[in-house]
Amino acid sequence: MIKKGLAAALLALLGLAAIVGTSKFLMDREYKSPALTPPGQTAETPRDRGLADQRAEQEKADKEKPYQEAEYRPFPKVGSRVAVWVAAQLHLLFAAFVLAVPLFALIIEFIGYRTKDPRYDRLAHEFTKLLSVSFSLTATFGAMLTFGLIILYPKFTNYLVSVFSPTFLPYVGLFFFEAFFLYTYYYGWGKFSPRVHLLLGLGLNVVGTAIMLIANAWLTFMTSPSGISETGALISTWDAVRNFTWMPINIHRIIANVAFGGSVAAAYAAFKFLGAKTDEERAHYDWMGYIGNFVAICAFLPLPFAGYWLAKEIYAYSQTLGLTMMGGAFSWLFIIQAVLIGNLFLGANYYLWLGMGRIQGAQHFQKYIKYLLILVALCFMVWATPRSIISTVSEIRAMGGSSHPALGFLGVMSAKNTAVNILILTTYVSFLLYRRGGKTPTVKWAKTGNLAQLGIFLAAASIVLFLGVYGYFVEASVRIAFSIPQVLSVLFAMVSVTVIDVFLYKNAEQAGEPRWGQIAPISQYVLIFIAVTFTWLMGLMGYVRSGLRQHWHVYGVIRDTSVDAFTPTLGFATKVVSVTVLIFFLLISFVFWLASLGGKKDWEPRVKEGAKNNLPEPEDLGAAV
Amino acid sequence: MSLPIIWWVALLLLAVQLVLWKSRAGTFLWTLVSCFSFWVFLRFGFTVPVPQSVISLYMGIALLAAAAYVTSSRDRLEGFTGPLVRLCTEPARRPLLYAVVLLLPALAAFAVYRQMNVKLEAPAFGRTIHPAPPDSITVHDKALNLTTLDNPYRTLEKSDPPAFASHVANGRRVYYENCFYCHGDALRGDGMYIHGLNPIPTNFADAGAIALLQESFIFWRISKGGPGLPEEGGPWDTAMPAWEKFLTEEEMWDVTLFLYEFSNQRPRAREGVHE
Repeated sequence: MIKKGLAAALLALLGLAAIVGTSKFLMDREYKSPALTPPGQTAETPRDRGLADQRAEQEKADKEKPYQEAEYRPFPKVGSRVAVWVAAQLHLLFAAFVLAVPLFALIIEFIGYRTKDPRYDRLAHEFTKLLSVSFSLTATFGAMLTFGLIILYPKFTNYLVSVFSPTFLPYVGLFFFEAFFLYTYYYGWGKFSPRVHLLLGLGLNVVGTAIMLIANAWLTFMTSPSGISETGALISTWDAVRNFTWMPINIHRIIANVAFGGSVAAAYAAFKFLGAKTDEERAHYDWMGYIGNFVAICAFLPLPFAGYWLAKEIYAYSQTLGLTMMGGAFSWLFIIQAVLIGNLFLGANYYLWLGMGRIQGAQHFQKYIKYLLILVALCFMVWATPRSIISTVSEIRAMGGSSHPALGFLGVMSAKNTAVNILILTTYVSFLLYRRGGKTPTVKWAKTGNLAQLGIFLAAASIVLFLGVYGYFVEASVRIAFSIPQVLSVLFAMVSVTVIDVFLYKNAEQAGEPRWGQIAPISQYVLIFIAVTFTWLMGLMGYVRSGLRQHWHVYGVIRDTSVDAFTPTLGFATKVVSVTVLIFFLLISFVFWLASLGGKKDWEPRVKEGAKNNLPEPEDLGAAV
Repeated sequence: MSLPIIWWVALLLLAVQLVLWKSRAGTFLWTLVSCFSFWVFLRFGFTVPVPQSVISLYMGIALLAAAAYVTSSRDRLEGFTGPLVRLCTEPARRPLLYAVVLLLPALAAFAVYRQMNVKLEAPAFGRTIHPAPPDSITVHDKALNLTTLDNPYRTLEKSDPPAFASHVANGRRVYYENCFYCHGDALRGDGMYIHGLNPIPTNFADAGAIALLQESFIFWRISKGGPGLPEEGGPWDTAMPAWEKFLTEEEMWDVTLFLYEFSNQRPRAREGVHE
């Protein structure tokens, strides 16, 4: 059997060798085209010569290629505009946060220093914990934006450099000082005398604000250029810096930064509150969220008026820009803005009403909430009413135009101004009720004081309403000017009522301290909602400010000739802003997480059960060393 | 009684609120009835129907406010959820629960039926009413800077009223010879050709139209019409001709004067323009 098997295997091998040999014999004699022959084995074909000529021509053309400055370079997938847009927006959001937090951290630290209450010092320190990582992210996105501009928009960037180059070195110098102050302020907490530490905080704020002022000059110049000749040649850098929208943007941004920073810090507190394990932690983060939200809302109240000033300056600089913004392509974004701001006011009031739940003796104010809510909702509706309504053809025909014969009156500035002023007064009343929760005044003039406060409120509301109605009977420029007495009456009411209230409730009887931490968890989601809404609002309004130049890089000077020289649809713009906001909150969540690592225990290697007893004692280790 | 419908509806809803108050209705019933009343007011309270987009916007805000009210205190939340919990748990209310379970899908079906059973028409479109003007235009070979351009005859209003009146009269003639076919006898945007136009022409009598604009803007719109609208804000659907091809510069300024005079409005004054 074995012999038979071996013979069969041998036969199979011989057969295989015969097949391979035959195949090789036949393949060696196959016809081969000279064109397919490997180089060097046959003579050069015409095709090879053609290819060589082509390469030589390309090399010659490459050597003789003249230098041409690129105007634009493409960015893969999303395009150059969206790439720079997202980088600029993220840079701005982190920069706003880094500028705002030191501002109110310093104020809170100062309050702690004056009142000797360590809670304020701890709170200010906790706020600054968020700064160092945010500062790094600001710088990273700033670098991304700068490289993005240099690479993708070289011609435009060169032009900006030609106008603003004298501002660059001071900017870099200030940036260095900001890093110095920021890290010394944060790491030096408790290491210096309080006064020295407060001075460091002041330095940080001054330098941060100066940086913002310089950067604002660059971007406002793009909207309202000045200090240049008709052809765009530089005449005066200082005039280019102090262009027409520079100061309105400076004021608007400082206030908005504080509102934004306060809301994000409140969101951090909410994040910590929701994850708190002890009552003490909950109480601390409830208080922190309240302070952050208080800062945000205080800054938020004057913000619409700073916005009016900016819009007025834009209109005064160019009717075209003004109309593009308020009546043209971007006007619908202001309806979205109104809806978001209305939500912010509703959220702010709602948080205060929920906060009354943590104050003993505040229950009797609950009955007023219904009326405050009706006022808030009505003002919200007025503010969100568009002048030109989205309507079908039959609806337009029924209305006799794009505005409704009755509701159309709510779509103009008189109604909007009135609504926002009443909204601010209502929010202030909510705060006043919250502040008074559980307290009974002990001064003799309590009744008179209350009546005086009521009188001031009614007078302010009457002025606002009267000017609002009268505004319909005067021409537009007079109507716009009415916003000033309206605002002043509201501000006067808030300041004077606060002053009276402070004296009225001095030494007041208190039913009990606020029970910090005992607030419905939904309130913390409101804080997060407010922060997200603020951020979204900043993104949308930033797009309006930048986009209203339309097909100009620098309005009237450098025309946008890139493939992106068109105004994107509102839907696209809101998608880009929303994605940017989402990225920001993912990154800020990372910052929150990093900031919370400080409170965690140090890492220790896991020790198996039973092995613990075999670990060497410290003394033994010392002996071994 | 010839009270407008808005008063009738408002009085009816007020009466409903009074009944709720008298009957000491709970939070649940009060919230539900108030929201529904508000919808009734918007839907039926106006002589000219309110567009659906505005009703949706207002109802969104009202529902948000109602949710904020109900959840802003534990008592109110319990007052709102209490009837629902009782409906779901108490055996005595089981027939009502079954009725609700059947009613909800029926209501949804009815809503779908109503939404589907409508006349086919073009979808709603958010149109930009005031397009942004260019910085300068050329009319009859004359370059005009719109940023600084003023109506040359406006000053006559004070310096020479009879001359001003003659310009207005000329504007009236121009309007009724050329414009009223679309913009209507009383400038209300309801001329005889309106049925063929979409969107319909501007209603100059509307306080929110020309009163918000400077005269240079009106002059630009008249002289350049639809073909002169900026590309970047398109698409512009308008049949407005470029009147510079048919009218003199003076006639276009005169008709501008007439529009403001007849509609008893003033043009927007120039803000302190930065030079």
